[in-house]
Amino acid sequence: MRPLIIILLTGALFFSSFSGSAQCKNFAKRVCRLELAPYIHDGNYNAAILTEGEDAELFKTFYAGQEYRLAVCGSEPLSKVEFQVMDVERTVLYTNAQNSYKLTWDFKVESTQQLIILVKVHDSTGSSDNVNSGCVAIMFGLKTD
Amino acid sequence: MQIKRKHQKLRVMNIRGLNKKYVAILHILIAGLMMSCASDSPKQDRIKVDVEDVASDEIVKSGVQTARQIFYSLPSPLETAMILKRSGAQYNPEILNPVENISRYSTTKSMALNLGIYSTDLSYASLFDQTPASIKYMTASKKLAEGLGILNAIDDKVIQRLEENVNNRDAIMDIISETFLNTNSILEENDRVAIGSIILVGGWVEGLYIATALVNQVGSSDNELVERIIDQKLSLSSVINLLKQHNHMPDIQSVMSDMKELEIIYDKVQISVSRIEVVSDSTSTTLHSKNVFSVSPAVFQELKDKVTEIRSKYIM
Repeated sequence: MRPLIIILLTGALFFSSFSGSAQCKNFAKRVCRLELAPYIHDGNYNAAILTEGEDAELFKTFYAGQEYRLAVCGSEPLSKVEFQVMDVERTVLYTNAQNSYKLTWDFKVESTQQLIILVKVHDSTGSSDNVNSGCVAIMFGLKTD
Repeated sequence: MQIKRKHQKLRVMNIRGLNKKYVAILHILIAGLMMSCASDSPKQDRIKVDVEDVASDEIVKSGVQTARQIFYSLPSPLETAMILKRSGAQYNPEILNPVENISRYSTTKSMALNLGIYSTDLSYASLFDQTPASIKYMTASKKLAEGLGILNAIDDKVIQRLEENVNNRDAIMDIISETFLNTNSILEENDRVAIGSIILVGGWVEGLYIATALVNQVGSSDNELVERIIDQKLSLSSVINLLKQHNHMPDIQSVMSDMKELEIIYDKVQISVSRIEVVSDSTSTTLHSKNVFSVSPAVFQELKDKVTEIRSKYIM
């Protein structure tokens, strides 16, 4: 009986990786994408499972004249997801930590710029033995005329 | 989802000790695991690299080995089309890839590149309210997506929804955006992200081709379309970094080689970027800066010819 339990647990672990990425897709589509309204989502998919304490970076060129909405969302059970927008010399231009960890930021660039979005998942568990993981999606909305 | 930070124990399982029924179940699981490993990973949009920065106290304290995920985001076909229109581009159906060419695309690489190309053509046509052309390109995109095994990304209802929203451009853009997201996320979910990279690069090349085809000569420096073409030097670095993540794949290597040829020409274009000043009002923020670029007519023509050459190769 014990070997069967081990096999079933292994299987559950294996299939949970698929289920994790499917949940991430659904979270991006059904939750984070809605934060972009009334901007139109650009259609790109940038999402990953992150664990507390982990961070991620996204490099993107933003074009002169286009108005953007950036949305960075973390699924349950992640608590605070901080994002910083930096120039290529890593000077911080904006951080949502100074805006109550707001999920979105609206901006435009006067001249085309490559910017870096740094996303940090804060550790909510303190000294506990457990760390949480969840989906983090980085999405861009485009303002139409 | 919770992960135990400490005291994790690994147990070694003795397969010989299992009876046949258990071994059969185990074989199914291992086969599934091997199939998943045989896909085109590593991931398209991200790689894991060691964090270069000094680890924060928190991380040291926790003992968790941290890696940073890196994404390179290219302008999507929708964004490319919006940039084109905003820069004063006009609609010219003559320069698009005819949907009749679809029968030529039978390899994974050609289907992926042309799915990107048709996606940009679809976005361009939609932004200029060319609904019949949009439906044609959406139908072609659907066929290529199915050819790539990306089923359900574009279903039959999508075409119907396009027809129902002929006079509602925002609704059409939203439908297109949704199909791109479906395509990208299905590829990601199935660990076929390298294919997604080729699709994105195909779409980016098509945008660059449309832009260069609409500029006859570099006249005055206040031509916005020329500025946006020059700006693609910044996106090209993301294109190359994105492709580098899968450079072990022959299809990616050949696309990379094309992008390197473009890079040689873009290296002759000078762009100087001033410091960014952040100015906010109650609703929005503007990042003020001034880019100054210089490109000679000869270099611009060289760029235009190279883009045309690469794009012609892709649609053949």
